[in-house]
Amino acid sequence: MSSSSRYDAIIIGGGHNGLIAAAYLARAGKKTLVLERREIVGGAAVTEEIFPGYRFTEFSYVVSLLRPEIIRDLELPKHGLKILPLPSTVTPLQEGDYLASWEDHDLTRRELYRHSPRDAEAADEYSRVMARAAKAIKPIISLVPPDPASLSWRDLRGLLKLGQYGASLSPTEICRIAKLLTQSAADLLDEWFEFDPLKGTKSASGIIGTFLGPRSPGTAYVLLHHYMGEIDGAFRAWGFAKNGTGGVSAAIASSARALGVEIKTSAPVSKVIVKGGRATGVALENGDEFHASVVMSAADPKRTFLQFVERQQLPGDLVTAVESFRVRGSSGKVNIALSELPDFTCLPGEGPIHRGAISISPSIDYIERAYDQAKYGQVSSEPYIDMVIPSMIDRDMAPPGHHVMSCFVQYAPYDREGGWDDAAREAFGETVVSTIERYAPNIRRAIVGKQVITPKDIERIAGITGGNIFHGELLLHQLFFLRPAPQWADFRTPVKGYYFGASGAHPGGGVMGAAGKLAAQEILKDWK
Amino acid sequence: MSDLYQLKRTPFHERTSALCLPQNWRRWAGHIAVGSYDLTLEREYWAIRNHAALIDVSPLMKYRIEGPDAMRLLDKLTPRNIAKLAIGQVYYTGWCDDEGKLLDDGTITRLAEQAYRLTSAEPSLRWLHMNAVGMDVRITEHTDQVAALSLQGPKSRQVLNRVCDSPVDGIRFFRMAENTIAGRAVTISRTGYTGDLGYEIWLDAADALPVWDALIAGGNDYGITPCGILAMDIARVEAGLFMLDVDYTAATHAWIEAQKSSPYEMGLGWAMALDKPGFFVGRSALEREAAEGPRWKMVGVEVDWESLEQAFGAVGLPPQIPSMTVRASLPAFRHGKQVGYASSSTWSPVLKKYIALVHLERPHYEAGTRIELEVTVQHQRCRASATVVNLPFYDPEWKRA
Ligand SMILES: Cc1cc2nc3c(=O)[nH]c(=O)nc-3n(C[C@H](O)[C@H](O)[C@H](O)COP(=O)(O)OP(=O)(O)OC[C@H]3O[C@@H](n4cnc5c(N)ncnc54)[C@H](O)[C@@H]3O)c2cc1C
Repeated sequence: MSSSSRYDAIIIGGGHNGLIAAAYLARAGKKTLVLERREIVGGAAVTEEIFPGYRFTEFSYVVSLLRPEIIRDLELPKHGLKILPLPSTVTPLQEGDYLASWEDHDLTRRELYRHSPRDAEAADEYSRVMARAAKAIKPIISLVPPDPASLSWRDLRGLLKLGQYGASLSPTEICRIAKLLTQSAADLLDEWFEFDPLKGTKSASGIIGTFLGPRSPGTAYVLLHHYMGEIDGAFRAWGFAKNGTGGVSAAIASSARALGVEIKTSAPVSKVIVKGGRATGVALENGDEFHASVVMSAADPKRTFLQFVERQQLPGDLVTAVESFRVRGSSGKVNIALSELPDFTCLPGEGPIHRGAISISPSIDYIERAYDQAKYGQVSSEPYIDMVIPSMIDRDMAPPGHHVMSCFVQYAPYDREGGWDDAAREAFGETVVSTIERYAPNIRRAIVGKQVITPKDIERIAGITGGNIFHGELLLHQLFFLRPAPQWADFRTPVKGYYFGASGAHPGGGVMGAAGKLAAQEILKDWK
Repeated sequence: MSDLYQLKRTPFHERTSALCLPQNWRRWAGHIAVGSYDLTLEREYWAIRNHAALIDVSPLMKYRIEGPDAMRLLDKLTPRNIAKLAIGQVYYTGWCDDEGKLLDDGTITRLAEQAYRLTSAEPSLRWLHMNAVGMDVRITEHTDQVAALSLQGPKSRQVLNRVCDSPVDGIRFFRMAENTIAGRAVTISRTGYTGDLGYEIWLDAADALPVWDALIAGGNDYGITPCGILAMDIARVEAGLFMLDVDYTAATHAWIEAQKSSPYEMGLGWAMALDKPGFFVGRSALEREAAEGPRWKMVGVEVDWESLEQAFGAVGLPPQIPSMTVRASLPAFRHGKQVGYASSSTWSPVLKKYIALVHLERPHYEAGTRIELEVTVQHQRCRASATVVNLPFYDPEWKRA
């Protein structure tokens, strides 16, 4: 069957960025269609009931970066969005002790003081310095990245604004930012702290979603990237969405529909139809065509530039840049249905530990060693694991008395030596369970069901080429005016009427929504 | 372990918690501290001004700095001339970053030839260590090991003379001496945060309860009264003493330059020993500021009672007086233009005046300047006339005598 319909705009991909872009376009009166290949929307931000009664935050599991102006503009609270607090992080240690960071500053200080009085003080200063640096960088994120090689008025204006802003920063701040953009997380943390589990735990957020270790240069920036969420309004770091991260997508989709957006699922796009250098619509894999004067891809950059359009339609340097864009996945997920809570040796019984993140990150060495193996194609035998128990935060996530646990794991290389098959996936799941078992010995008997997700599965299920959680690592050479490629960081493409707005675009990945919103704004600017 | 989910308790907790019937607890440097033992502050306040108030000040951060370079370190860190600090003497001081902006303030006590105690409001271990690089000095924090009581009020000397093994008459203002209470070794300094006659008693945390009990028993005849930190907060404004995070922001906490304060701005010009030899942190910035004069200054302001009466009278109300120190920022005006703000304001029960610590821009901070302070009358913002005065507001002769 072949059908044909006309829209003002078509968005390829119903991840949160695609939905947000669609909602903004509809808000501006454009008849907008979202085409999603899966049977559900949300992309990497979905909640699925893999085992009956147990709802998994399948991929993305915590929220901090979602832009508050998007929440307001799209009236997301009216559509069910609630971000519940995830107040603490506990790092269990092998010797039966632990390191905790609680929501209350005085308690956290007291806890850290127990391990290192100097670190307790340094931690205060460190978070102020990082928050100030995040504040200094934030206006840059809100701007469309200017291309320093271009002379168009728009780019010049952007550069001017950036320059004026840069001039308002003190020399100390500029030096600090320059350092943060180039340093390794380990070097940065060594400057500040002495207690290994503290450094290990803090360094972990510098390697999340990268194919790098804490000693690799560039990872300090990722630490900073994760502070961005804190400086907006609430000053709260991480939260957990009601109904899991899928709850965020559901709220956005509901808002988009209310604004008139049409969403088609099970509708994989095969290509963008280009006539005379202009995008005029898309064709689905089944041959259906949809027509519109604007097409935006909210899929990953490889699909956007190398799959949906012919390479001949793009300049060679753009093709090369996108081809070399680093999207190799390094992380996996193990989602576990539990008949009882994991009982941690360091803090026995049910307690505050279960209401926050639990991090297996005893030292920088531990994580760097985990990386060493991944570098050569092996799954880390003792991986970094970030656990959250969503059912402790939102009781609707699991049957009464039972629980679900989300384990984010690094490293699991996309290019595993020997490839990924069922046996390799099973072994990966086993590695994770036995690692957790060292800290919570009852875990194995509590398991009711488990879903193991490798980077290949991320690619297969969520449709992210390469399986990188951010559609491409958040490293300096892949950010700002270089994301996804030099000269093409303004959400436009060489094909007129064809735009790009997802995690692989500026300002990057995470359930943040900025790329979708900024892309929609650029589309509307060009519309006239 | 579950104790670690709570704020810290002071060594006197067993006694203070039994007395804190209104459950009026406040936070103080990671501890819970008694806000008041009564539902109102009157009795505790008047104990400070008329009897002897016993205040648990254990949460103060305390550091012991000792070794051949202890003096050098403190001389480098603070603008005071530490070489002149005699054994048994106490200096009050603020200390600054490189740009001459205040980081914190506290006291330095010379305990022995090469040993000092530093108190501070904020944790300072990192700052001390960073500046001690290459020095032969040992720095230890003993906040938890050393309990501290402040005994404030005109009768405090008599109370101590009754309970201590040796009389305290010989301890001059800002001096300290060793003594014994209930068989426990204590050091007693003639210091405090109330602007009255008063002493601070420093002791081993393990000795806290017997020393407290001895003071309460021996002080009964003099009206000794356990007193919370809210009554002290009124007394300290009367004494013109400022508080970190209320009246100024530590330079390391400031988000923007305008939030930082210099010691000159806070009225600490008297403590700046610019004539001392050698480098100290912030020296060149402070020298510049000394030459130019500070752009801002924190001063005392007395609000005209008649003006308050008029403002409230206009809507048929008598003046509404807050029952404790107000820490909200209140704009201050001169000739219709905002020239500053109050950071602490309170009704002074002893002076019967509404007083405030006000930060004013040059040239409006000279004593005698007439300004206006914002007051809210029946949900409307009004301005009451007020006068800049020299600090402290209240300075009884027995304080130093
Ligand atoms: C395992 C994992 C854990 C993560 N954890 C967190 C976290 O805790 N916190 C956080 O903030 N971020 C996290 N992230 C990152 C975050 O989830 C992503 O950056 C974000 O969800 C991406 O949103 P997006 O809209 O840009 O793209 P996606 O969500 O990837 O959406 C792209 C959509 O395009 C669709 N698509 C692809 N090809 C086609 C086609 N041909 N036709 C039609 N549709 C197509 C896909 O099916 C998908 O729905 C995690 C990601 C992963 C994978």
